[in-house]
Amino acid sequence: MRRRGVLTVVLLSGAVAHADAPPPAADASVRPAASSSAALAAQMALARQIVLHGSPQGAHECAICHGEEGQGKIKAAFPHLAGLPKPYLERQLRHFGALARDNPSMQAIAHKLDDAQIVALATYFSRQVPPPIMSPATPPPALGEALAVRGRDAIPACVTCHGPGGRGLGGALSAAFPPIAGQPAVYLERQLRAWKNGQRPAGLDGLMGAIGKRLSEAEIVAVSQYFAAQPTLVATVTTEARP
Amino acid sequence: MSARSAFRSAHTLIAIATCGVLSACEQAPQGSAAPLAAASAAQPARPVAVAFAPPPLSAIPDDAFGVVVRQGEALFRNTPAHAPQYTGNTLSCRNCHLDAGRLADSAPMWAAWVSYPAYRSKNRHVNTFEERLQDCFRFSMNGKAPPSGSPALVALEAYSYWMASGAPTHGVLRGAGYPRLPRPARGWDYARGQALYTEHCALCHGADGQGLLVDGKPWFPPLWGPQSYNWGAGMSRLDLAAGFIKANMPLGNGNSLGDQQAWDVAYYIDSHERPQDPRYLGSIEATRQQFHDGPYETYGRTVNGHLLGVGSGVSGGSTVTQAARGRTTTPLRD
Ligand code: HEC
Ligand code: HEC
Ligand code: HEC
Ligand code: HEC
Repeated sequence: MRRRGVLTVVLLSGAVAHADAPPPAADASVRPAASSSAALAAQMALARQIVLHGSPQGAHECAICHGEEGQGKIKAAFPHLAGLPKPYLERQLRHFGALARDNPSMQAIAHKLDDAQIVALATYFSRQVPPPIMSPATPPPALGEALAVRGRDAIPACVTCHGPGGRGLGGALSAAFPPIAGQPAVYLERQLRAWKNGQRPAGLDGLMGAIGKRLSEAEIVAVSQYFAAQPTLVATVTTEARP
Repeated sequence: MSARSAFRSAHTLIAIATCGVLSACEQAPQGSAAPLAAASAAQPARPVAVAFAPPPLSAIPDDAFGVVVRQGEALFRNTPAHAPQYTGNTLSCRNCHLDAGRLADSAPMWAAWVSYPAYRSKNRHVNTFEERLQDCFRFSMNGKAPPSGSPALVALEAYSYWMASGAPTHGVLRGAGYPRLPRPARGWDYARGQALYTEHCALCHGADGQGLLVDGKPWFPPLWGPQSYNWGAGMSRLDLAAGFIKANMPLGNGNSLGDQQAWDVAYYIDSHERPQDPRYLGSIEATRQQFHDGPYETYGRTVNGHLLGVGSGVSGGSTVTQAARGRTTTPLRD
């Protein structure tokens, strides 16, 4: 007898970031940076070199921590980079490089990257497919879901900006409000605490900083578990499984 | 106190005397005692504003009453889905009464419940709470007033009444209504408002103000045009729009704009067309004289060579099933 299995189809928030309708505000950084496919190929090759072997200036190879395709390492709480919007990734590398976002390893690495390398790396990771997410054995706490989909007082529901399931809203919106689904819970917690303690730039118009400051410790833990358990993958299609 | 309007003066007073957001109210400024005291000397027996927090949603009782309270909450969060027959645009109550009517300084329902019946200069008589609800359907929702006693109104009343559990009747609660900002020294200005809008608002509400649909569902509300509030709505008054914006926008970071900025951006928004005032008297001028003569109105005024009040879309009910305009994004499919 043949078993029914689940094959996950990969159509992703990250992919939407490239293909979406034009952003409301003209933002040059959202347009594909490579005007020709040759330029794009050169960027991808430059990035791949750094990802696997590090940069001549001494930046460590990204792959040790983030994986060759930016899949991240859940157990070590290294975030996935695959499929995150290019402008978002660039911004983060610049923030690390300027020591505005806290994290000693990433600061040391980003400090050694020049502008062309940053753009190439952001292009490279934004074009990868995010990793599938294992659903957790125990469902995330109800408090996390309540905050994510309803919000509390002056804290809007997280999905308002980060999109349904935390998968982003596409286009210029995802560039400003990144997808957060499926990131390691410990990583998400660390970000929310960083905003609480003023250790990470507050994001567009100070929006995320203002929200982070109002979260309680219990809410940080619960909402991080909630988004860590949300699939990055969009559709699950039932199909015939191979033996 | 000059900004005090005849209408709901108690709330006005509180908003001026205290502060914008909950967090700021926790450490109520020393200075706030003075205007309150001065005013109560002038006007006898004004109750002192008290803080109030509604019960958590988890406290909604599991009984027949609780069922209707939850219906009210659902209607409040997604009005076009639960009350399509009374809704003429893509807005929901929650869009202007944040945290589903729970948030102070966004005209929360717990404070409204204990404020009615009340005299309103808008229609020059004492309004019941039910009538006040009907008003937001007719104007803010550009729809039709649900009949008195209809299930939609009963559900909203149950939800509001439950949220006000323990609140003093006819008390003055901190955070009632929208804050009233002092009249701006520099007036208001379209170009300044437009620049602010582009910088702080356009990403979510769209450069064209038409909001955002996600998978065909309303996500970021339209601020003008056929799917927004109509010319009779409170939000089309600059003082109300400015107060709301100051306390609540950009979303999640209320009170980050200055007062002057809130007035300018409110003027920019209310300088765009929206559905006609359902009380339209046959000409913009007559309607302006009868209903829009106040200092905070843009209806019937000319902005950039355009006489406002022509109306866009259908007053009182283009149905939501008609293609709702707006940017759409489908994050789930490519
Ligand atoms: C030694 C391990 C390590 C290496 C090597 C490394 N990273 Fe990271 N990276 C991290 C950690 C840990 C974080 C999370 C930092 C935090 O908690 O804020 C991170 C975060 C990031 C982020 C932010 C992700 C987000 O969602 O905001 C970006 C972008 C990034 N790294 C890019 C790179 C690139 C590009 C390289 C290679 C040039 C690289 N990293 C190499 C450990 C590493
Ligand atoms: C009003 C819009 C808004 C809302 C609502 C919002 N965020 Fe954010 N969020 C942002 C912005 C802007 C950024 C980007 C910060 C940056 O550019 O560095 C962000 C970034 C993040 C990140 C960093 C992602 C990464 O890869 O490092 C996390 C985690 C996050 N938000 C969690 C949340 C949670 C949890 C909630 C709900 C409690 C929430 N956000 C609600 C605007 C919002
Ligand atoms: C476009 C914005 C908007 C929408 C949508 C909206 N309202 Fe309102 N509402 C207002 C404004 C403006 C006020 C006046 C606030 C003030 O006076 O400070 C108000 C006031 C109220 C009040 C009286 C509050 C008080 O303290 O006196 C109630 C009750 C109310 N609305 C209910 C509703 C309900 C129910 C819905 C959905 C059917 C709704 N509103 C939809 C803008 C809106
Ligand atoms: C991060 C996205 C975001 C930004 C930025 C933002 N808004 Fe909003 N705005 C919203 C959402 C979402 C709502 C509805 C609130 C709800 O339903 O919880 C809203 C509601 C409103 C409303 C009432 C609803 C209506 O249709 O009239 C007005 C007015 C408004 N915003 C004005 C502004 C102004 C002015 C700015 C810039 C100063 C701004 N907003 C910035 C997301 C945003």
